[in-house]
Amino acid sequence: MLYFSKLKIFIIYFIICSISIFSLSNFFKISNDNFFSKRINLGLDLQGGSYLLLEVNSDPIVNQNLQQKLLDLKKIFKKESIKYKNLILLDNSIKILLDESSITKFETIFNNKEENSINVYYPQYRSFEMEYLIDNNKIDIKYSKYGLIEIKKSTLDQSLEIVRRRIDEVGTNEPTILKRGNDRILIELPGLNDPNRIKNLLGKTANLSFRLVAEEEDAFGSEILYFENSDNKLKISKRVMFSGDNLISAKPSFDSQTNEATVNISMDRVGAKKFGRTTSNNVGKRLAIVLDNKILSAPVIREPILGGTGVITGDFTFQTATDLALLLRSGALPAPLNIIEERSVGPDLGEDSIKAGSVSLLIGFILVIFYMLLKYKKLGIIADVSLIVNLILLVGILTILEATLTLPGIAGVILTVGMAVDANVLIFERIKEELKIEKSIIHAFDTGYKKAQSAVLDANITTLISAIILFFLGSGPVKGFAVTLGIGILTTLFTAYFFARHLSSFYAMRNKNKQIII
Amino acid sequence: MNLNIKKNIIFSNYYKKMNIFSFILIIFSIFFLIFKGLNLGVDFKGGTLIEIRSENPNLNITEIRKALLKMELGDVTVKNFGKDGDFLVKIEKTETNNPDFIKSINDKLSSNLGEKINFRRVENVGPKVSNELLKAGILAISLSLAAMLFYIWIRFEWQFSLAAIIALVHDVIITVGLFSFFSFEVNLSIVAAILTIVGYSMNDTVVIFDRIRENLKKYSSISILDISNISTNDTLSRTLITSVTTLLALISIFIFGGAILKGFSFAMIIGVIIGTYSSIFVATPILNYTNVSQKSVLKDTEDIN
Repeated sequence: MLYFSKLKIFIIYFIICSISIFSLSNFFKISNDNFFSKRINLGLDLQGGSYLLLEVNSDPIVNQNLQQKLLDLKKIFKKESIKYKNLILLDNSIKILLDESSITKFETIFNNKEENSINVYYPQYRSFEMEYLIDNNKIDIKYSKYGLIEIKKSTLDQSLEIVRRRIDEVGTNEPTILKRGNDRILIELPGLNDPNRIKNLLGKTANLSFRLVAEEEDAFGSEILYFENSDNKLKISKRVMFSGDNLISAKPSFDSQTNEATVNISMDRVGAKKFGRTTSNNVGKRLAIVLDNKILSAPVIREPILGGTGVITGDFTFQTATDLALLLRSGALPAPLNIIEERSVGPDLGEDSIKAGSVSLLIGFILVIFYMLLKYKKLGIIADVSLIVNLILLVGILTILEATLTLPGIAGVILTVGMAVDANVLIFERIKEELKIEKSIIHAFDTGYKKAQSAVLDANITTLISAIILFFLGSGPVKGFAVTLGIGILTTLFTAYFFARHLSSFYAMRNKNKQIII
Repeated sequence: MNLNIKKNIIFSNYYKKMNIFSFILIIFSIFFLIFKGLNLGVDFKGGTLIEIRSENPNLNITEIRKALLKMELGDVTVKNFGKDGDFLVKIEKTETNNPDFIKSINDKLSSNLGEKINFRRVENVGPKVSNELLKAGILAISLSLAAMLFYIWIRFEWQFSLAAIIALVHDVIITVGLFSFFSFEVNLSIVAAILTIVGYSMNDTVVIFDRIRENLKKYSSISILDISNISTNDTLSRTLITSVTTLLALISIFIFGGAILKGFSFAMIIGVIIGTYSSIFVATPILNYTNVSQKSVLKDTEDIN
């Protein structure tokens, strides 16, 4: 175990040196090359920033889609002359009463795998979009599990795009925006202390519509809506004259006559035509500007607006007008987003954490170093030098992986300091025992290393198992702990069995004729 | 018989007493877990956690609590956190639909107290997420116990695996029990600590077991009880030195690592002590009770060869 070929020694020191270069690149700029300018990233808890987890609420979309399905069903029933009664939408399911004779016909249409406009078949799931239950003549149609997954997925994809646009427009520093599962979006905003503005921007679906204030009932029906900034309410027609989909741009502006902030919008050709027609036909009536079911304002149409541009007024400050313009530019979210988890750390707390982490690392390190010297004297030096090399390797590998260092991650490094010496302790204790029965020092060292091997390996693998499980099941900062702990174990095994063993063999050779007492 | 052992502690004399002691601790722990429960943090219970800092060192907990209670936020707890003027506020309520929730708390708190309050850290966890985190935490701990059981079973014989896993469960129950007894908060980092304790305790046990197996093969005429004593003594100084270095590192985190790492390092310190104890006084005695013998160890080696 003590013999090292020249090549082996070269490889060991080559690995150590090259990894060390990476750990240095955290402190100095080594070269302009991208490869050598890697750094350990600081987690949000150390550099400050916000973590947000959003959940897409797809219920409105499901309901909307079911309404469409209901209309489609009516058409199909008419075409196939199927008689039905009581076709209604209730509790996210469509309920129908069919004649006995029509049920088989309905089932053939509904279970058609090839061409099915009402109930798509997903070969990848081996399942239909919808599922139904028949109870006597009553049929109950619902979205199947996979149908819901597909809706969630497509809603998530659209939402992700809008979220990305909104955050990009705010211009934060290197945001991370990721999908999580079927209906969640994870956002990391480093350096952002107060996520309030972003939260507000993401909390709005930004569904803009221009609708007439209802004076008499028409075929479209009407609803009572409240104003955004007051408790006043108005009866608004459900007929949408113009919607945010037809916008091509939106800019905040300032009306110097009224001293009010406004949002200037311009519309595409379809929108402009529709808007022109509406305003021409309704001069003198009030047109409500509705955002997410709240009335921003309801000005009177004084003259037809034909140019394809418009002004949104409301009780805006310049800031709220800017944000509204941003929301309108980036488009409406297909469904509302809920913030289901938020973690924000201010930059000063991050700095304090780095300081505290560094101090405790340094003190822990010094304590362990001295304790090893006290216990093992000269062999303690070997343990201490390998501990230092171990730390350098750990930092180097974290750098190569561009891992994220969190506060628990720092704790993982400190813990590695405490536990890494264990490998050397196991070996030294074994050597100590061997020295009692073995005359030759070289032999004692050799068998010591050999016999300690299985214990060292087993002892480290158990901790590694914990670290791996934690890595896969932990979240955020805790994951950082798993990373440093896990990599720490690997570097520990390397330093103990290659680097420290080489030092020990050197030491044993030098002292082979002396009496060693550990 | 001269085995050349200097430190010759007859551990087996204490097995019975220590087992009773452990048994009592476990009963107490389970009692507390059932009747008092755990003080779950926002990670696992949902709610809002805010670390606040005020420039006014005279600000006290009562004032802050009063100001918060006016806002009707449900259950509110306030405690000192680190230096003067730093507090940790825990609010039962969370509003996932209202993006201005945190801001409104800050505004109202600042105006109620008549000074600017700085929110240094905010953690707001909705009920759905906290539920998932709790499940993931329990899954992680169970999975790590299962993984250890499996690993030891592969590396050793079933008797070793059984004894090691009982010792691990012992460590986890007592650590969690102590958290219940002291009402210390359990959050994500405590789960990380428990997993690390599982790894550490296993590590300690494995070293002793490794030696027991080795000695079992070596000496055919010695009883398992004596083998256990010899092996524990053989590895004793390693066990103690490693515990000391690990504890030195942990105590350094506990004292200097800041308020956020206090719970984590405390759990680890308890865990390391219990883990070391359990390797000697739980895992090894149980191995004895399983009637492990040279036969069971040698048979296994033959199978491999």
